Amino acid sequence: MKKLINDPEAVVREALEGMEAAHGDRLRVVYDPYVIVRADAPVKGKVGIVSGGGSGHEPMHGGFVGPGMLDAACPGEVFTSPTPDQMLEATKAVDGGAGVLHIVKNYTGDVLNFEMAADLAKDEGIEVEAVVTNDDVAVQDSLYTAGRRGVGITVIAEKICGAAAEEGKPLAEVAEVCRTVNGQGRSMGMALTPCVTPGSGEPSFELGEDEMEIGIGIHGEPGRYREPIGSAAEVVDRLTTAIVEDLPFESGDKVLAFVNGMGGTPLIELYIVYRELNRFLQQRDITIERRLIGDYITSLEMAGCSITLLKLDDELTRLWDAPVDTPALRVC
Amino acid sequence: MSITSTAVRDWIRAYAAEVAQHRGELVQLDTAIGDGDHGTNMDRGMRKAVEKLDSVEGEDIGAVLKAVGMALVSSVGGAAGPLYGTLFLQMGAASAGRDALDLADWTSALEAGVKGVQARGKAEPGDKTMVDALLPALAALRAAADDGAGLGDALRRSADAAAEGMRATIPLEARKGRASYLGPRSVGHQDPGATSSHMLLDVAATTFGGDG
Repeated sequence: MKKLINDPEAVVREALEGMEAAHGDRLRVVYDPYVIVRADAPVKGKVGIVSGGGSGHEPMHGGFVGPGMLDAACPGEVFTSPTPDQMLEATKAVDGGAGVLHIVKNYTGDVLNFEMAADLAKDEGIEVEAVVTNDDVAVQDSLYTAGRRGVGITVIAEKICGAAAEEGKPLAEVAEVCRTVNGQGRSMGMALTPCVTPGSGEPSFELGEDEMEIGIGIHGEPGRYREPIGSAAEVVDRLTTAIVEDLPFESGDKVLAFVNGMGGTPLIELYIVYRELNRFLQQRDITIERRLIGDYITSLEMAGCSITLLKLDDELTRLWDAPVDTPALRVC
Repeated sequence: MSITSTAVRDWIRAYAAEVAQHRGELVQLDTAIGDGDHGTNMDRGMRKAVEKLDSVEGEDIGAVLKAVGMALVSSVGGAAGPLYGTLFLQMGAASAGRDALDLADWTSALEAGVKGVQARGKAEPGDKTMVDALLPALAALRAAADDGAGLGDALRRSADAAAEGMRATIPLEARKGRASYLGPRSVGHQDPGATSSHMLLDVAATTFGGDG
């Protein structure tokens, strides 16, 4: 394993110190427990938006703290959910009197810790709503699994809910916007290589030189199936067919298309993926109205990509276009 | 014979040492069907729990277990944090104000803990989780009490039942947590949570039963 670090035990703390040094004008970092907070929080009368999850998915979530997106993010250890005390600290720090929305990816650890945190925050008199994202079509949504994972749509939901909160919408409405985005969004990912957590030093799974894993999660957990590696066109066809059939996305739909790199994929390849995605959707008379291409929800150094589609209406498009000013996403 | 507050602290220290020793094994089990962090997280959490023991020196068993639970909730993360945290918090609530536990008290405390774990995680027997080690252990404690067994014997039977439950997770298909995403591919692997739960009860038998 080769990593550009100083100490495997200090990866999260040292990255936070770097973020604070770089972006101290926009955000402040609390170290005990770890919380990244918008510099001007709490914003009086505005719904606070808090998310969080394991580290190793940068820029999600800390890179999305700032006006127009998150008010605070709680980074856990690498690939490990943060803890309730972090979420409580974040919730208290951003409550401007209008309540706080927790945006939670559907992973058992994240859900359980945020539930404990919401209980604690309510005990302190803070109004909290939680919306769980679960957009990953690779997972069968059944009573016999933990349900679909929350992946790419989380980034889009954080942006759109951030805009809704900035406009002064009340908590119930911001939460409803979040549920709408999650309900109209679908994702699927794939990997060419595994990732290595600094703690274990071992690859998260084994993948042959000539194999790819379709339906990968963002923690290197194996996906739906593996098969011989295919072309970008074939990969896009696999992922997008599953996505389009699931919602379903239909002829005449307008969408936001999000091509996300898993951390180890060059942008030149992501644009080839976007080319194929554009052709795929054109053939089905689905129009890409807005797009996002790059590394936004990653899995350390894993090579691969995910595709997310969100069915747009005028309101969601307007909220997507609203100003946002964060370290990782900026539309001014 | 009974379990004293000092013995409970010894149990926590011994469990922390056991987790540290088997950290790599827990990571390996979790890498096979999860995300590979169980050993690292439990090791970090138990080290915090041991640090907390000094702050409850001389206090009752409920206070000790509650301190351990809070340390785990705020340091482990993942699903294991809330689940093990809840286990200890509920065991602590059930033994509040007590300076010694007999077999019936220990059984009630563990029962409260396991109920808490099930309420938080919504796992049923056979879902391939820590519950598959904890429930058989609880049943074995009750059966041992019915047989008139002594504390040491009952704890050993409970640990053995946990071991059996742990091994019985191997052929199961996971229905909770990250392993459930694998579906049939989770078959053939021992559940890491059931493994760390077995360790906890095995160390209890050794520490409280004096057979180590």
